[in-house]
Amino acid sequence: MNFEFTDEHLMIRQAAKDYAERELLQDVLERDAKAEFPARHIKNLAELGFMGMMVDPKYDGSGMDTVSYVLVMEELSKIDAATSVIISVNNSLVCYGLCKYGTEEQKEKYLKPLARGEHIGAFLLSEPEAGSDAMHQHTLAENKGDHFLLNGTKNWITSGNSASTYIVMAQTYPEKGYRGINAFIVDRNSPGISLGPHEDKMGMRSSDTHSVMFTDVKVPKENRIGEDGFGYKFAMKALEAGRIGIASQAMGIAAGALERTIAYSKERKAFGTEIANHQAIAFKLADMAVKVENARNLCLKAAWLKDNGKPFAMESAMAKLYSADIAMEVTTDAVQIHGGYGYVKEYHVERLMREAKLTQIYEGTSEVQKIVVSRTLLRE
Amino acid sequence: MKFLVLISNVPDTTTKIRFVDDNKAFDTTGVQWIINPWDELALTRAVELKEAGGIEKITVANVGESITEATLRKALAVGADDAIRIEAKPKDAFYVATQLAQVAKDYDVVMVGIEASDYNGSAVGGMLAEILGFNSVSAVSGMNIENGQLSLTREIDGGQQKIDVETPVVTIVQKGIAIDPRIPAMRGIMMARKKPLTVVPAVDAEEKTEYISFELPPPKAACKLVDEDNVKELVRLLQEEAKVL
Repeated sequence: MNFEFTDEHLMIRQAAKDYAERELLQDVLERDAKAEFPARHIKNLAELGFMGMMVDPKYDGSGMDTVSYVLVMEELSKIDAATSVIISVNNSLVCYGLCKYGTEEQKEKYLKPLARGEHIGAFLLSEPEAGSDAMHQHTLAENKGDHFLLNGTKNWITSGNSASTYIVMAQTYPEKGYRGINAFIVDRNSPGISLGPHEDKMGMRSSDTHSVMFTDVKVPKENRIGEDGFGYKFAMKALEAGRIGIASQAMGIAAGALERTIAYSKERKAFGTEIANHQAIAFKLADMAVKVENARNLCLKAAWLKDNGKPFAMESAMAKLYSADIAMEVTTDAVQIHGGYGYVKEYHVERLMREAKLTQIYEGTSEVQKIVVSRTLLRE
Repeated sequence: MKFLVLISNVPDTTTKIRFVDDNKAFDTTGVQWIINPWDELALTRAVELKEAGGIEKITVANVGESITEATLRKALAVGADDAIRIEAKPKDAFYVATQLAQVAKDYDVVMVGIEASDYNGSAVGGMLAEILGFNSVSAVSGMNIENGQLSLTREIDGGQQKIDVETPVVTIVQKGIAIDPRIPAMRGIMMARKKPLTVVPAVDAEEKTEYISFELPPPKAACKLVDEDNVKELVRLLQEEAKVL
């Protein structure tokens, strides 16, 4: 066993921390209030190499390992999870999926600008009636020989408006069930694509979430990812990796809330002393810290398994399930310890609590993670 | 033009300061080390100038034991081309300047932060220039290179002074030389591992300083609040307790 980070890991973590504290913190409250997309930050973070962290440098990525990615997601999410989700979707769903299953031509054309961060990627799986039930895709992709024709609606699409490259799951052979689903790379500017309004969300407000409608959208046949009917498996494989990103995000939200609460507890006085000196507060801080550390270890373990080419589907589900659930608990405790100050925006913890809630829902709800974990346990 | 940026390895600015050895030495237990903030700004400006095409090479150098290499690697990640570590425990400004002189002599422009955020001696830059017989410019808050000419901006009382200087020169730089320290990009971090870091043995140098004792500033006294309609009490406290009136 070796729990040491390398010098590179520490430098990468520090770089993310510096950017988050110096830049993201400046306007995070304003962007949250106005639900404003962090365009300037995404451009800067792309220049730092955070948009294609794990992509091979030959496809213009940074060539980092997944452990580095966990460290970056934690630091960014401590301050601003609405920005970190854009990074997570781009890195671990879109870039990862294309790296692993894209053709050489697809990588040249689509992966490179995504890894450079010049294009933003979106992952279109959810539908009005297919969220956790992702097998039942209603969006159709008719095979027309040299192209596919897309018709249908996708819901809750992170970066729906800002993305240039969509990865779309759609049903080509309804009679085959989930084995008839395909995954496609779709240019956002293709004729026939229209967007629903920017969803007015409880948290993660500055990431732009939209529904996306497809009406007779032509997709060239060379834009299909993998073999005919590979789409469902592709989506599940991408989500296995994506979960590490969102798990780390949830853990980062919790870690951010904990840091703020420790600082507050050492300053705020009640009954003649700093509230950290009251056991009711100190014990709560201890419980919060144990949860954050457990979550961090689960995230890093899943990342380490992935980096070492070992199966990680169950561990990434465990990390996502646990981190999201404790993010909700830790941020709720953080608001409680802050009292009235925790309930106003200036102190950030109410925002972290709103952001934490989404981590239990998106990229596989906590209930779906339990399905993944229990099925793996019971398979033998 | 070849640049040498001197890098001090200093405790993170949020470090809790403690002393050991009968208050004669700083306790380094659990300390996180960073690039001296002024040196980091100097490096940032050097990298900006290199990107603009005005500099042939940037070397970073420090005097320190192997633990300081992580700080040099970060400087390489930010954009320096190579690094030199002089194997010695830095003792005082004269000792450090003497060590650095052996490598600095080969450069056109030496950049050094106005002070290091640990002992705040503000002495190495001036001493180094004297030892080498280089020009030296202090309070530098701006640097440009045009057609091979080095132009500096100095902060002076009530304004700024712009000067052109002949190389070789030691520039003692301060706030303003760059806006924000450069955050290393991922690619820079990966490349830093492969950039050369040379370890040079120390030369004999006299140690001219003996540390007798360090002490922490007195803890802040508790704040006293006086009612706004009780000016008399406020004046009494200022006279009798604070003794400022």
